[in-house]
Amino acid sequence: MTGFYTLLYKELLRFWKVAFQTVLAPVLSSLLYLMIFSHVLAERAQVYADVSYAAFLIPGLVMMAILQNAFANSSSSLIQSKITGNLVFILLTPLSYLEIFLAYVVASMLRGLVVGLGVYLVAAWFYPVSPQLSGWVIVFALLGSAILGVMGLIAGIVSDKFDQLAGFQNFIILPLTFLSGVFYSIHSLPSTWQFLSHLNPFFYMVDGFRYGFFGFSDFSPYISLLIILACLVVISGWALWMLRSGYKIRH
Amino acid sequence: MTPAIEVQQLSKRYGALTALDDIDLKIEQGEFFALLGSNGAGKTTLISILAGLIKPTSGTARVMGYDVQSQYQQTRQRLGVVPQELVYDPFFNVREMLVMQSGYFGIKHNDVWIDEILFRLDLANKAHVNLRALSGGMKRRVLIAQALVHKPPVIILDEPTAGVDVDLRQSLWQFVQQLNQDGHTVVLTTHYLEEAEALCRRVAMLKQGRVVVLDSIENLVRTIRDYTLLLRLSTNILPDGLQSWTVKHDPVGELYRISIKEYTEIETILSLLREAGIQIIDLQLRQPDLEDVFVKTMEMDQAVAL
Ligand SMILES: Nc1ncnc2c1ncn2[C@@H]1O[C@H](COP(=O)(O)OP(=O)(O)OP(=O)(O)O)[C@@H](O)[C@H]1O
Ligand SMILES: [Mg+2]
Repeated sequence: MTGFYTLLYKELLRFWKVAFQTVLAPVLSSLLYLMIFSHVLAERAQVYADVSYAAFLIPGLVMMAILQNAFANSSSSLIQSKITGNLVFILLTPLSYLEIFLAYVVASMLRGLVVGLGVYLVAAWFYPVSPQLSGWVIVFALLGSAILGVMGLIAGIVSDKFDQLAGFQNFIILPLTFLSGVFYSIHSLPSTWQFLSHLNPFFYMVDGFRYGFFGFSDFSPYISLLIILACLVVISGWALWMLRSGYKIRH
Repeated sequence: MTPAIEVQQLSKRYGALTALDDIDLKIEQGEFFALLGSNGAGKTTLISILAGLIKPTSGTARVMGYDVQSQYQQTRQRLGVVPQELVYDPFFNVREMLVMQSGYFGIKHNDVWIDEILFRLDLANKAHVNLRALSGGMKRRVLIAQALVHKPPVIILDEPTAGVDVDLRQSLWQFVQQLNQDGHTVVLTTHYLEEAEALCRRVAMLKQGRVVVLDSIENLVRTIRDYTLLLRLSTNILPDGLQSWTVKHDPVGELYRISIKEYTEIETILSLLREAGIQIIDLQLRQPDLEDVFVKTMEMDQAVAL
């Protein structure tokens, strides 16, 4: 276990040493979203009765920050180590592929959760909103950050260059988070888009997370939970298989 | 005793290129062994397979009796590898790197040994300097230190002295020799053959992915009986009489290298030069050494070498 804890510690230190970029910057940009959207859309986008648009937006923004930062952490750490070549320091050790997997994913989860908490604290200072059902909030935050941490791991393994990783970020992660109902309720969408939203796993993460805040949501939180659990299992299996076979890492 | 390293019918192909071609090699525990060969001969490929960084196309490799693929945790615990590439992690300082590297190997409190390594590699005053701020030679020392944190019984150094200054080179070899005397098996690659000759007892020479020579240095040098007469002359037109010797002209320093078998030949050569009115500016006689073996091996037709 010492090996796992050490790698986890190293991964945490890696983002904590540059917390200005890895924590403060994303908190700030979420805050800008909140300022702009809540002003522009305040009158036009009443989503649920009794819930102001700003209050509706905050859980979405928190979850978006969790997801994007969890992804950013494992993917950028891996690609940097691959490109600079220092991944060899880990590859030369007896660390098992499971330990490597867990260390990268747990570190990503913590980065996502720290940023998410930061966004929440700052946003709630402007627009007080507190979770009704904290259990759901915690479960969805953990699962969402885990899935994106694993996705980041896969993206980091598959990419050989920074621009390939940027491709993942711009063509997969960004559209999926923006179209997951962070800024709106999917009930306000035309039916085709509603249907497409249901194919987006990020939708269930955001929706379930929001359920924890308000006690109601677009979709049943139990089904959302099952769907994202299934996603986590499938994607983890895939990542573990890659690590185990040495895909792209041990030629 | 189980061999420290045992490689059987090992091959590695990259598409059409065969980097290692059916290699068999056994290195016993406690040996100080050199792996030699020109650029691209396959040395790093062999080391990478032993370290589990790449997978062989076919064949098996064992470290201390364990298979490098199916028992990778056992082999990596017993192996310390200094990679050829100068890699480092710009996020950390020297001590942090060594503490973390120890942790990866499951070692929690390693400060005494880390201090000793830092001292031996003359890094003690750099312990708290970020890796980014170190010179190339110092980064190389950190790589060496990292390979030793877990006191591996088998140490493989892939060109450890490239870019390292004379002082450190000497203290590094002293340190490695000490480790070897303490029972560690040491395998090194180097392009400085005099290093290999001074330190190692046995060598393997690789050529295009094959082991073409495998013997003790003593035996190898004994097979070469030619001395080399090194001459610097006042002219570059040689008398015809010298044609019965193999004469090589080395444009660096305007040297002529003449292979001779007997000391008496020197006299004949000198008198030929004197008759032609050529002055000798500098003269040296060189005993055969590992470099001669190496050059001869590499010049040989592959078919002959096998
Ligand atoms: N990833 C790779 N893909 C394709 N070919 C490779 C790869 N790695 C090494 N090779 C080839 O394998 C051969 C052996 O390379 P290797 O690095 O083992 O040589 P070496 O003996 O260590 O040389 P040097 O003294 O320059 O370090 C070379 O022809 C090299 O081009
Ligand atoms: Mg090499």
